[in-house]
Amino acid sequence: MTNDDWVPLCSLDDLEPLWGEAALVGGRQVALFLLPDGSLHAVSNRCPATGSYVMSRGIVGSKGARSTIASPLHKQVYDLATGECLSSPDYLLPTYPVRVEAGIVQVALAEAA
Amino acid sequence: MAEADATTRHVVVIGGGPAAHRFTEAMAARSAANPGFVVTVLGEEPHLPYDRVALSRRLVDSEDLTLGDRTLWDAPGIRYRPARRATAIDPAARTVTIEGGERLSWDELVFATGSSASVPPIPGAEKGYVYRTIEDVDFLVAEVARLRVALRRPANVVVVGGGLLGLEAAGGLQRLGGNSTIVHSGRWLMSAQLDEGAGQALGRLIEAQGIALALGTRPSEILCSPSGRVLGVALADGRQLNADLVVFSIGITPRDELARDAGLDIGPRGGIAIGDDCSSSHPGIWAIGEVAAVGGLCVGLVAPANAMAEVAADRIHGGEALFPGIDDATKLKLSGVEVASFGDALAVTEHSLEVVYADPARGLYQKIVVTGDAKTLLGGIFVGDAAPYTSLRPLLGRELPAEPGAYLSAAGAEPPAGGELPDDVQLCSCNNVSVGAVRSAVRGDHDEACTELGALKACTRAGTQCGSCVPLVKKILETELTKAGVEVSRALCEHIELSRSELFESVRILQLASFDAIMERFGRGLGCDICKPVIASILATQTSGYILDSGRGALQDTNDRALANMQKDGTYSVVPRIPGGEITPQKLKVIAEVAADFNLYTKITGGQRIDLFGARLEQLPDIWKVLVDAGFESGQAYGKSLRTVKSCVGSTWCRYGVQDAVAMAIQLELRYRGLRSPHKFKLGVSGCARECAEARGKDIGIIASELGWNLYVGGNGGYQPAHAQLLAQDLDDETLIRYIDRYLMYYIRTADRLQRTARWQEELEGGLDHVRAVVCDDSLGIADELEAAMAAHVGNYEDEWAATLRDPERLRRFRSFVNAPTTPDPAVVQVTERGQPRPARADERDTAVPLGLSIPLRPGAAAAGQAAIAQTAIAQTATSQTEGR
Repeated sequence: MTNDDWVPLCSLDDLEPLWGEAALVGGRQVALFLLPDGSLHAVSNRCPATGSYVMSRGIVGSKGARSTIASPLHKQVYDLATGECLSSPDYLLPTYPVRVEAGIVQVALAEAA
Repeated sequence: MAEADATTRHVVVIGGGPAAHRFTEAMAARSAANPGFVVTVLGEEPHLPYDRVALSRRLVDSEDLTLGDRTLWDAPGIRYRPARRATAIDPAARTVTIEGGERLSWDELVFATGSSASVPPIPGAEKGYVYRTIEDVDFLVAEVARLRVALRRPANVVVVGGGLLGLEAAGGLQRLGGNSTIVHSGRWLMSAQLDEGAGQALGRLIEAQGIALALGTRPSEILCSPSGRVLGVALADGRQLNADLVVFSIGITPRDELARDAGLDIGPRGGIAIGDDCSSSHPGIWAIGEVAAVGGLCVGLVAPANAMAEVAADRIHGGEALFPGIDDATKLKLSGVEVASFGDALAVTEHSLEVVYADPARGLYQKIVVTGDAKTLLGGIFVGDAAPYTSLRPLLGRELPAEPGAYLSAAGAEPPAGGELPDDVQLCSCNNVSVGAVRSAVRGDHDEACTELGALKACTRAGTQCGSCVPLVKKILETELTKAGVEVSRALCEHIELSRSELFESVRILQLASFDAIMERFGRGLGCDICKPVIASILATQTSGYILDSGRGALQDTNDRALANMQKDGTYSVVPRIPGGEITPQKLKVIAEVAADFNLYTKITGGQRIDLFGARLEQLPDIWKVLVDAGFESGQAYGKSLRTVKSCVGSTWCRYGVQDAVAMAIQLELRYRGLRSPHKFKLGVSGCARECAEARGKDIGIIASELGWNLYVGGNGGYQPAHAQLLAQDLDDETLIRYIDRYLMYYIRTADRLQRTARWQEELEGGLDHVRAVVCDDSLGIADELEAAMAAHVGNYEDEWAATLRDPERLRRFRSFVNAPTTPDPAVVQVTERGQPRPARADERDTAVPLGLSIPLRPGAAAAGQAAIAQTAIAQTATSQTEGR
């Protein structure tokens, strides 16, 4: 992955732990989550079950050791790290690489188109 | 059952009561193993078979009494034809003729015609009414209400007959606001089932409820005015009673007329004579239920009717079942008065002994009848306290595990512990379910184990009819689960091991004020979409802070997070509070302007307010700025909290209103607005008994009476509708509010997550009586505490949207994108339908132009483009928020 693939989105200070935010990258939407341990997750903002762009507004939680996000519409629960749906085998939530460079949150979308 | 072919046998049932229902169930249960029958049930009433035993509940509650699972009637091979009266049968030709002339053929005919209420042959009898069908009950309810309005005083009701049904009718009509008097020919009430001591105790309890008794006499005439209005009842002993309404409940007459006409054998006192196999004197014709005379006797009870239905179904399938004999045990509860009798209650068995405790002053009477050696249980009577009935009843005819006196709980005795019932004891006599069958279902011997009461009842059918054995079913369930080492988990989720009510109390006592503090003490992990909103709600109730501050924002559920209701496309709907549904034209205009400026779909809600749909997240603050400036505040349509207080127009305008329903509704809505609870809740206030606000469909319903307010609780629309039940009557404003404060806070403290009030008060130990004791009599001594908690809520209330708009840090939460805070979601596509926007369907999205990043069409410009499919215009007013952070 070259530096060109990383898109800057916002300052790390813009994110509140456990409060999801949506970001717009070209025409695409990313949901960003900052966890209390400082880790960051970027997933598609599109709810796989309904097609609406709402994932950033779901509730962050955990199932066993895994961190999760629940769709705010019908509460399907996804593993934030892998995008696997833990409540139904029918859905998969795309995930994106994310990092912080000099206080700026960056994602790489080419990876998981 | 199979669809008809040449080998199909046609079974026609005449009558659509409980016996017919049970017979059809019994046929359906055998259909898998033994198809080939088509069952047609001809019901005279326009309903599906309903639970006649529960008619008294409808008197107070207008609840749905339909028996069993309605899908029974949709099963193949089963047909229910309501409102079809059979007019003749022809046993030789094997046909039955229906009113209108239609003729059906049958191979087997089952009489389940039941009986009609008897009316005495006295002058004016045609002015009286009976208490027998749903229509009868609904009429009586309406008539008492009508008389109250027409006469401007409570109606005087005379109930003739002091048996089981008469007592139920009198009690129910009394609770509806009538003044009841019971006229009974016996020297004491229920003289057929009770001995004198019990009857006197019962009479005392009934009189304590304000019901007058005229015993040892009969009516001789119903007295009417020249215009035909009922004025009173003349009695055989020369007295006269004032009466506006007369109800006869003196007994039943079997509906055996068709059988008589066809020449079937009739019992000496009426009823179709049947043998132990339920067959009549004509082959292929059966009789079950109240119309059947076994040994010359007709019985008006459910358990024998069910037993006959099972026997007839078995016999039609070639079985050998025999009717086991009449079980005439009865137990009823008349506004709190318990009466039960079973077995040889009157001690007619030779050498039998009666062990009695009688306390006429307190209205208590308990009697156990045993054999001469004081060992074997023959029967019993309980008045005022029927606690021992449930455990004694199954032991009928068996040796008692202890001295008879040990079962007289009213005398302070405690029945011996540990005495487990043998497996072969009949637990539910209505449905003939043994203790062993229930145990086996709990253990899951044959199928999936039933580990909760609802499933256990559905699976075994124990306790599904009269319900008197439910406490015992529950006890067996608990005992078996404990034996199996199963602990019933009440944990909220994998993160919190406590139930919601336990968590609520723990947080309250420890005064925990944050999610982190609660999780540190009681939780593990990050939480989830189940426990986080529960904790958010508990904190909101107990600390009254702004719900998105102090780390609580991320706890909130979908709607609370945005202080608006998320719709399927990710946009929101906005509902301003309109207390009591009262709104000025000026404020209506503001709502109209907001809707037009932001292009919102507009709909009137069921709760007398206005819902504005299609607002995007970043538009919410701009929309609310206009609304708050105009004096609106949040309607909390998004919260598990008070929604609306619906009202009728009340005495201010209405010709019939007796109290100011609107003013009360507004007062209540302003008091409880914003109160977070286990689930949403609604109130309704009606200004008179006509109940135009449909208040009894609400969690809390208030209905005006001449003297004040009647308070109903636990109503619910939705998936499992329930009518609210009467908690207290004729309250003044202050007491009404105090009771509601207590009720709501008690609910909030003790209910499960997402449990509405109806289920809560049903599942609470002790049910509605317990709630009434806590709310009205302060039985737990917590009334002051509950009121103080509510006072704190009222004092700390602040409008969430006004609070949001004041604080830029709070407004941050309403940005559409962290890197483009005012850019609309490009995926939201709308089309126009009936002049308003709505989300585009998948098949419309391709042709509609998405709401792009740089297409600020002005209102009106859209019309120049597509006609049917118009792109949503971004109103100029909606983009006032400045770009950037």
